[in-house]
Amino acid sequence: MSLRVLVGVKRVIDYAVKVRVKPDKTGVVTDGVKHSMNPFDEIAIEEAVRMKEKNIVKEIIAVSCGPQQCQETIRTALAMGADRGIHVEVAGKEYEAMQPFHVSKILAKLAQEEKVDIVLVGKQAIDDDCNQTGQMTAALLDWSQACFASKVEKTDGELTVTREIDGGLEVIKVKLPAVITSDLRLNEPRYATLPNIMKAKKKPMAKKTAADLGVDLTPRHEVLSVEDPPVREAGIKVETVEDLVGKLKQSGVI
Amino acid sequence: MTGEWKAYCTLIRQCIPAISSIQKRHVSESRSFAMNIFRGKIEVEQVFPYPDVLSADQLESLQTLLNPTEKFFQEVNDPLKNDAIEKVEDATLQGLKDLGAFGLQVPEDYGGLGLNNTQYARLVEVVGAHDLGVGITLGAHQSIGFKGILLFGTPEQKKKYLPKLATGEDVAAFCLTEPSSGSDASSIRTRAVPSADGSHYILNGSKIWISNGGLSEIFTVFAQVPVKDPATGETKDKVSAFVVERSFGGVTNGPPEKKMGIKASNTAEVYFEDVKVPKKNLLGEVGGGFKVAMMILNNGRFGMAAVLAGTMRACITKAVEHASTRVQFGHKIETYGAIQEKISRMAMAHYVTESMAYMVSANMDQGSKEFQIEAAISKIYGSEAAWFVADEAIQILGGMGYMRETGLEKVFRDLRIFRIFEGTNDILRLFVALTGIQYAGSSLKELQKAIKSPAANLGILLDAGSKRAKRMVGLSSGQSLTTFAHSDLSDCANLTSTAIEDFGISVEDLLIKYGRKIIDEQFLLKRLADAAIDIYAMIAVLSRTSRSLELGLSSAEHESKLCNVFIGEAADRIKIGLRELTSSKCRKNFDMMASISKDLCANGGLVQRHPLDK
Repeated sequence: MSLRVLVGVKRVIDYAVKVRVKPDKTGVVTDGVKHSMNPFDEIAIEEAVRMKEKNIVKEIIAVSCGPQQCQETIRTALAMGADRGIHVEVAGKEYEAMQPFHVSKILAKLAQEEKVDIVLVGKQAIDDDCNQTGQMTAALLDWSQACFASKVEKTDGELTVTREIDGGLEVIKVKLPAVITSDLRLNEPRYATLPNIMKAKKKPMAKKTAADLGVDLTPRHEVLSVEDPPVREAGIKVETVEDLVGKLKQSGVI
Repeated sequence: MTGEWKAYCTLIRQCIPAISSIQKRHVSESRSFAMNIFRGKIEVEQVFPYPDVLSADQLESLQTLLNPTEKFFQEVNDPLKNDAIEKVEDATLQGLKDLGAFGLQVPEDYGGLGLNNTQYARLVEVVGAHDLGVGITLGAHQSIGFKGILLFGTPEQKKKYLPKLATGEDVAAFCLTEPSSGSDASSIRTRAVPSADGSHYILNGSKIWISNGGLSEIFTVFAQVPVKDPATGETKDKVSAFVVERSFGGVTNGPPEKKMGIKASNTAEVYFEDVKVPKKNLLGEVGGGFKVAMMILNNGRFGMAAVLAGTMRACITKAVEHASTRVQFGHKIETYGAIQEKISRMAMAHYVTESMAYMVSANMDQGSKEFQIEAAISKIYGSEAAWFVADEAIQILGGMGYMRETGLEKVFRDLRIFRIFEGTNDILRLFVALTGIQYAGSSLKELQKAIKSPAANLGILLDAGSKRAKRMVGLSSGQSLTTFAHSDLSDCANLTSTAIEDFGISVEDLLIKYGRKIIDEQFLLKRLADAAIDIYAMIAVLSRTSRSLELGLSSAEHESKLCNVFIGEAADRIKIGLRELTSSKCRKNFDMMASISKDLCANGGLVQRHPLDK
């Protein structure tokens, strides 16, 4: 069996960075801030590479939408084992206003162009926590979808996917082609080694624009204000139950 | 002592090729900024604009390499565990090898990453931020351990050794120091004698404090070899360098030494007993070993400033985090001046070190061969700045800083060695001062010659004459940095120009007053070196801040503040330091200090009677 997989890899502010809101409240500070691959996308790449190692998959294409620096993210995917990359360049204001709606259109178009069998993306990105791209891509393509996967197995012409759902696990079968989104427990991604990163430089990376793919990036909404979460106020300790009841009454809770 | 010291000075002259070639060419050909300040000359080629050597492609691959490196150190390496067990955990060491961290600068053809010096510096900065013990393991391996093979190896030696060294399958060590030979490296006693059939050398001797000594398969070993002088027919021992494999037989090592810091790194004695070293394993020329050693050390030093810039960054993050959350007397302690001065001085020390580190690495990548003074300065400054920063970070955290769990205590212990190894800061200060003085002296000699035949050398005389005349009437000789620095920094540029001019005059005055005898004036040489270090710091900062302003970086305004305060204070320090060179009061103090020290040494310790004695 020789499937082709398209994996979405998003460049996000690194999980260890303390995110700061811009003084003008239009967004968060990204200038000079460390970025890395969205951890859920790392899991997605890892899964694709493992499927390739099991000879289920023939080719892995890593795609990222965003500014020039996204190529670093794609290189990391290539170093982990993806075969080639596609950088869809989106910059400036368009990038700031880009939403899962736009990305899923891009992914759907690429999936068709590249004739892939599986689109594999992280269940959500750690910057905007949207959790929409996979689902929208499946809808646009009218493909099967298996979100929040914690196990993916190939059975005949189908995939058996274990999904993490509220209160437990759900095992489903999906027909190919399909869109899968990875959950945290799907696998533990490998480190991209430094020599592999250097070798990855020789792997092909295509550059496209949204216009090339016929995708309209007009924003469908406007950000009015980005605010820091309110600072949690210190609580108090009470000595007795009477004290507690008293305080609760005083604050009008009971 | 003086004799030996003179011998050392002679060796410096003989063995630093750049200097000797300058001697041959006589004057004004060094492009090194630091070298030229000793003539009071501003040579901007290597410092303005702030050198930028990475292509877009190199920068991108560097960025891609950074993430997994940082991640490895955040998630896999456990610095306190390594420190406690006094070795790098086995899994971590293997992880570092798998990551590719053992062959950063080995060419890709030999299985390494082929990084240039700037890319290397940026990656080891990450190591410095997390674990200096691991840093020494990696540095002893590739910064000095097999650097000789990279710099001087024959194609056969490279092919044979580099692939296994790049993957870390073989670990390397640099074996120079011996029980009786520390800073005075030419006095080593390990000997290699040619075998009767001339096919190999028989190596005997022992080396101490060898980093990776217990882990290594490949050793760069320095030993005396009897060399016949073709002119006189006399046979004399000369230092030569060899690549020695443990598998040759006769190579053993002692147990890991117990140390103050960098405990994770293996330090051991290494013994060579009748080791048969094939002739083809000679590194460089027979008798050229001292030069090989100095070139390896010169080439390795730049990395230290980068490593330490990383260490400082980590210490500062901890200090700032504490200062901006800790409340005492009703306010966060960051609001108090006592803490503010500490934090700002830490930031300046870091800014200077970082600016120097990447200036030197870029100069090396540009192909400069004249970076030895700059590299030495960056090592001296970086190691002292890091010590200061770690100390102040601990002070800001108070009792918390003293606790092992905070992590600063380990960093502080680890840092101490950086002022000692790879050339103690004291020796490096003398190296900086003497190398510079010698360069200045060659220009004076030229002047003296010109005086002998004034007609032929009118240009030199007029130039020198007008410079002197301008100085005598209190006018500047007109060199200025204001045309190179950003216009916002013209005050800083002027202060730096003046400092360089004053420095040049001081060197000239010292040379006229002491002549060759200046090499015995260590009290003065130290002050001269301090001023040279401050001037190089000023230029590195001035150039870097100008770059940030020109690029409109978001941090440019902040950097301007760092630049202004640092240069203002450095200018004052230089003035005081240079004044001490000629002050009769200071002369008296120096003589008295020499005598105080003599008293103690004669007495086997302190001389004064106890205050309770009658």
